[in-house]
Amino acid sequence: MKPWERIALPVAAGAVIVAIWIAAVHVSGTTVFPLPQRVLAGTQELAGKGVLGSYVRDSLMRVGAGYLLALVAGIPLGIALGWYPLAARSFNPLIQMLRPISPLAWIPISIVLFGVGDEAAVFLIFLASFFPIVTQTMNGVKEVPEMFRLAGLNFGLSAAQLFRRVLFPAALPQIVMGLRIALGIAWLVVVAAEMIAVDSGLGYLIIDARNAGKRYDLVVAGMLMIGLIGLALDTAIRRLETLRALRWGFRHE
Amino acid sequence: MGPRRLELTLDHCVSYPASNSTKLCVSGVNKTFRRDGKSVHVLEDIDLTVREGEFVCILGPSGCGKSTLLNIVGGFTTATSGRVEIDGEPVRGPDPRRIFVFQERGVFPWLTVEGNISFGLFKLPKHERERRVSHYVHMVGLKGFEQSYPHELSGGMKQRLEVARALAVNPDMLFLDEPFGALDSITRLLMRGELLRIWQAERKTILFVTHDIDESVQLADRVVVMSARPATIRTIIDIDIPHPRELSSRRYLELRDGLLDEIGLAHKV
Amino acid sequence: MRNSSKLLPLGVFAALTLAWHAAVVSSEQRLLPTPWEVVLGIAELAQRGLLIKYVVASLFRVTWGFAVAALLAIPFGLFLGWYRRGEAAVNPFLQILRPISPLAWIPISILWFGVGDGAAIYLIFLASFLPLAVTAMNAGRNVLDVHLNAGRNFGLSQTQLILRVLYPSVLPQLIVGLRITLGIAWLVVVAAEMIAVNSGLGFLIVDARNAGNRYDLVVAGMLMIGLIGLLLDAGMRSLANLKILRWGRAASS
Repeated sequence: MKPWERIALPVAAGAVIVAIWIAAVHVSGTTVFPLPQRVLAGTQELAGKGVLGSYVRDSLMRVGAGYLLALVAGIPLGIALGWYPLAARSFNPLIQMLRPISPLAWIPISIVLFGVGDEAAVFLIFLASFFPIVTQTMNGVKEVPEMFRLAGLNFGLSAAQLFRRVLFPAALPQIVMGLRIALGIAWLVVVAAEMIAVDSGLGYLIIDARNAGKRYDLVVAGMLMIGLIGLALDTAIRRLETLRALRWGFRHE
Repeated sequence: MGPRRLELTLDHCVSYPASNSTKLCVSGVNKTFRRDGKSVHVLEDIDLTVREGEFVCILGPSGCGKSTLLNIVGGFTTATSGRVEIDGEPVRGPDPRRIFVFQERGVFPWLTVEGNISFGLFKLPKHERERRVSHYVHMVGLKGFEQSYPHELSGGMKQRLEVARALAVNPDMLFLDEPFGALDSITRLLMRGELLRIWQAERKTILFVTHDIDESVQLADRVVVMSARPATIRTIIDIDIPHPRELSSRRYLELRDGLLDEIGLAHKV
Repeated sequence: MRNSSKLLPLGVFAALTLAWHAAVVSSEQRLLPTPWEVVLGIAELAQRGLLIKYVVASLFRVTWGFAVAALLAIPFGLFLGWYRRGEAAVNPFLQILRPISPLAWIPISILWFGVGDGAAIYLIFLASFLPLAVTAMNAGRNVLDVHLNAGRNFGLSQTQLILRVLYPSVLPQLIVGLRITLGIAWLVVVAAEMIAVNSGLGFLIVDARNAGNRYDLVVAGMLMIGLIGLLLDAGMRSLANLKILRWGRAASS
């Protein structure tokens, strides 16, 4: 593939998608679903009112708070579960049972515990990112090759040294992968979190734009913003994987 | 049959009294694993003495249990019965005085060349650490790669790195478990030369597990030939050729053919 | 050791249940149910015949959404992985769509499918389609050239090459992708059932809260979701353990 194709092909595909979109709107004769240009105008309108920036900021703040809490609680717990097999056997069944419960199913509980507002939203994001971080960290520590552990012991390391100098660095790529998965999920859940009567954020924007006057141009604008920011977050956290000390743990093409 | 049995029950370490030069003594070692509810007998009545500064190869078919023997001597697993003594003391666990070298997969991928070599030197002051690192970087020919990570090195370089990491803590024994098995034949030949050079310079006692007959004849003072599972020692052969060894000399070929016979292989392909 | 390894998880489970009970009893508002009340709640649901009905309804929606997504996404993804130009063209758009929560699609799915099963199934379809397409794309791209060349060497036609080399070599990765995606689909069923459908475990949770703060039923619903999610995951895992697929794990570790 030639270098110019790497740019030209997505641009062409984008043009085709937009064309199909426009054609579909015209053919179906819908008056509700917006044309691309209306979505663009809607985005500009939001930006002009200054709402767009503050919504993006609020969503990012909520995700950041919930995610950081999950990170602070999840990594130590995951390490402990990976390190002590008995702890894993005791707590892992519970964790694996809680994991498939949608963060949405927690909405009633989080409202009881935290009331309506930011805290409940942060709690939901915390829950959503906590489980992948714990599971991935646990597996990372558990799957450190026996050989590394033996080599560490051979050089006379104490248990604490063995952990700090062998197990943690050996598990780090897996932990970072867990952080990446969790960030993706946290961002997915922000919409659910912001459906609990908060009055700002991109998730709120989508629900509000529909309920208050069927402004589907703003609905689609909100969705696109979520998609673009999600992509940016993923790209940013992927950069961690290319750090020299971590690169060995990821297979790159 | 009677006298033989009597001999087997004798304690090897006692019947061959430890002279000053005895480094390692293995006596009546048996090993049985439990796997899927069945017990697998891996090692049977292993007796072996290794002298200080000796280079001993343990030769046997893949999966015969020679690595298990090395793991027991290294202190990573315990024997089901029998005794293992180094310097007259029973082996109780891994010890920095004797370093195990795995195939090149044993280097720590998250550390640079420098970080790997200084891994076991954490008790030394900084300047001494730096001195040793630069000494061994030089010795194994990794100059210029101090800041490289293992995944940026070739297989042979990684293997030399692991040997350097072991030597840096100045152990008096090295255990090598098929260390050159994953290398191409040219690199393997070069690595053998390097190992001999290092061994002659530092006079370590080396226990070297291999399934390669030529490798054992090129390297060892003595070759311990093991049978298939449950592994017993079939014979121990002295390689009485001085280094550097001429690979086409009559004696070399004689010894190699003797080992081929011992393992039960024909001399033709 | 053998006994304690089985007793310990039970002990931890008992301790946590007791802690839960104590926390509820000692709280002032007493909105949240004790474990025993949850058991009674599940019994009540079973007695009224709702438990089976809701579980079946949820599984029905997940099955349809997931199956349709698998049928469309896997060929699509493999096609993209096989033809690199196709991937270059479409991949950026997949990456933008991926971080958009299925919840954000609720307004649009209602617009297109109306309120009911169609919209719910569409949401699950959306949630499953993108991860599956991306997995299939990566799997298709990672087929080893050696294997393809070996296939060509034995004179396989293009169709034979796809059936006898491409398909078996992507299968292990696909199974992993299917497992992860089924987990996601099950997470989304709650969101899907919040759109005015009147059955299913997601509906149960929302309905039990809105109609009279029956938090015992809310938690009962959550437990059922967790248990069934665990069972689905175990089922997919045993699929991955099939003998003909086992090489994929050995090769990747």
